[in-house]
Amino acid sequence: MSSRRYGAGVSPPLPLLTRLWFAWACFFRVLVSGDAARRVWSSLEGEAPAAAPSPPPEVPRLPPAAPPATEVTIGPALQLLALLQREGRLVDFLEQDITAFSDADVGVAARVVHAGCRKALRAHATLGPVRTEEEGTTVTVKEGFADDEIKLSGNVKGEAPFTGVLRHRGWRATGLALPTVVRAYDQTVIAPAEVEL
Amino acid sequence: MTARYVVGIDLGTTHCALAYAELEREGASVEVLAVPQLVTAVAVEARPLLPSFVYFAHESEGACALPWDPARRFAVGEYARTRGATSPLRLLASAKSWLSHAGIDRRAGILPLDAPSDLEKISPVEASFRYLEHLSEAWDREVAKGDPSLALAEQEVVITVPASFDAGARELTVEAAMAAGIEHLTLLEEPQAALYAWIAARGDRWRKDLRVGDVVLVVDIGGGTTDFSAIAVVESPGAAGALDLARVAVGDHILLGGDNMDLALAHVARAKLEAEDREVDRWQRVALPHACREAKEQLLSDPSLASYPIAIASRGSNLLGGGLRTELTREELSRTLVLGFFPGVDASARPTSPPRAGLTAMGLPYAHDAAITKHLAAFLARQADAATAVPGFPGAARSGSLLHPTAVLFNGGVMKADALRGQVLAALDAWMKADGAGPVRPLDGSDLDLGVARGAAAYGLVRAGHGLRIRGGTARAYYVGIETPAPAVPGVPPPVSALCVAPFGMEEGTVASLPAQELCVVVGEKVSFRFFGSTVRRADVAGTRLERWKKDELTELSPIEVTLPAEGRAPGDVVPVGLRAAVTEVGTLLLEAVPVAPRTDDERWKIELSVRGEG
Repeated sequence: MSSRRYGAGVSPPLPLLTRLWFAWACFFRVLVSGDAARRVWSSLEGEAPAAAPSPPPEVPRLPPAAPPATEVTIGPALQLLALLQREGRLVDFLEQDITAFSDADVGVAARVVHAGCRKALRAHATLGPVRTEEEGTTVTVKEGFADDEIKLSGNVKGEAPFTGVLRHRGWRATGLALPTVVRAYDQTVIAPAEVEL
Repeated sequence: MTARYVVGIDLGTTHCALAYAELEREGASVEVLAVPQLVTAVAVEARPLLPSFVYFAHESEGACALPWDPARRFAVGEYARTRGATSPLRLLASAKSWLSHAGIDRRAGILPLDAPSDLEKISPVEASFRYLEHLSEAWDREVAKGDPSLALAEQEVVITVPASFDAGARELTVEAAMAAGIEHLTLLEEPQAALYAWIAARGDRWRKDLRVGDVVLVVDIGGGTTDFSAIAVVESPGAAGALDLARVAVGDHILLGGDNMDLALAHVARAKLEAEDREVDRWQRVALPHACREAKEQLLSDPSLASYPIAIASRGSNLLGGGLRTELTREELSRTLVLGFFPGVDASARPTSPPRAGLTAMGLPYAHDAAITKHLAAFLARQADAATAVPGFPGAARSGSLLHPTAVLFNGGVMKADALRGQVLAALDAWMKADGAGPVRPLDGSDLDLGVARGAAAYGLVRAGHGLRIRGGTARAYYVGIETPAPAVPGVPPPVSALCVAPFGMEEGTVASLPAQELCVVVGEKVSFRFFGSTVRRADVAGTRLERWKKDELTELSPIEVTLPAEGRAPGDVVPVGLRAAVTEVGTLLLEAVPVAPRTDDERWKIELSVRGEG
């Protein structure tokens, strides 16, 4: 499958990818819909569009204006945020002031967030510990260790090998596969407003 | 025919899956295709299961774009399912149950039932076509990668159908597949596919697990349907000591599955919440079965848990405050699932049937009684004689009042739960003991979610010569209803006799003809006949005429219809015809009317199955 996959530490995709999708979507819209073609033409030529007849149902909405470059590069991050909100209401939870609520109420919400985000995380990311030893055991850090992987704390002095207690095993993402975006959309919308009819 | 792959498709009520294997490779393994599908309005992801749902986008929504079709106006799969949960009028679900519903015109645009007027309804056949079309497009993109010789249309395809599908539903499935461009097609019964998957997973060891005289009961409980089959292990006529497999019985179509269990649990949870004066809004009601499914799976997989919390958030952006919390206890789970769906009952227990209502809304004929064990007891009693007349099966006469399975193979995600498998096994053991038979052993080691698709691909390899084939032929005998001339009595329908046109167990590629006797058709007019099937009358041959039969022996199917073209004959003339039944290589029943005095050597007319029902 053509999901975008990044290993740990790999930079996010180039804006080109988004531009490709946008060009692709525009190509088909212009091809299948005279109305869309006219509107694109008008916007390129800077004309005011003539009064449009009500669009036939097969006409997709005009895509939003291409986002500025800075937003494009954070696209995958926004997508992940949207995923965690959709599956686990993460943004709702973090944005609400919970100080006035009882622990029982927070517990209900935490379960919703935990169950949903956990499912989303496990479906899209492969996570594992950096060190496999039990926390609390004594470990040896060899010479030449990667300082991205291991952070020394406490009485830090001297030279490797270091001996100390493993306080946190660390986390490493060995894979992250986000859904492939197939049409232009406003990435800044983490969750759409919902109006029930 | 230059197919490189054999492709197995599980066209399920709630999920579809596709598995495939290379035909010419030694020891080819069966792979499952991750099917790209919309998972949100704008993004696609590849997943092994394609939920069998179609969502029809409103004109205010953007396109349901796919990598291969940016302008599509409907979605199939995961997004369809989740989007449809909040907009149910635009969602089509359970198309397969409608496809097997003999009381309706299955080629008519009726779905979604309550669709708004801006939406063009589609037929159950078209819905099945949409799922197959999606799988076909996914295949062409992911596996064929644009190479026309590897396209799905060029591959050997096996599509699974419930064993309980009658000839009409099978033909409609083929119609949907043809529309999706699938040309080299074979149908396979789902419980058989499950057994092929088990055999493939066991490798050569399966020959040690089974011996001559075994009867394997396949209990297949999907999301929406329950299907039983019995497969006997017989001595091969070719070589002494070699095994053959023969499917000897299939059950009725039961619209009852895992989704019913989640709904039942949701009902329990909702009652608890409402007893605490908590109001459950419409949106929360949608979320409740999902939360209950999670609780069910956790409780069933971890016996140490006494209860599992169920938390449903409120719908607005304020997560805290309006949320609902309750829990599902082990006792409630056991009471609901075990007593509701798998109660320990006597072998004499039978499902209760609903009283016939004079007027009913159009809807699916859901099982009235949720007790799967009662349906199973009824199946074993109905099919008590199933194995006795099978060539190569030891022991000619039956003993006791039930069919005696010696092994059971479970299929379907619901049966992952040890507790539920145990409940079925305990019931079987008790019945067998009371009926003078030995215990029933479970066959382990299959993939309960993807087994049917995998098994379908494995069957494709078997057809190509790599392995043992399950024999069986048609699972029913078929009858045409003939009205016996009698003086009209108001309010009393004329008596009907049933003429056997296709015997039980007709193998692919065989033909059964019966001489012209009482059937006449009128040139230029559409003539329809009542049509019946029987899963128990094994001895009838083509031409057997039944004046009466026991209540449960024959099931009325949707009527069949033939139109005689007027060419060369005078319209209005009455033409005596004989009937000819054949089972095609695809696995469908072909009924033809052959005139007694044909104008050319091969003059005959196809009789349409599954035409409009009376409901």
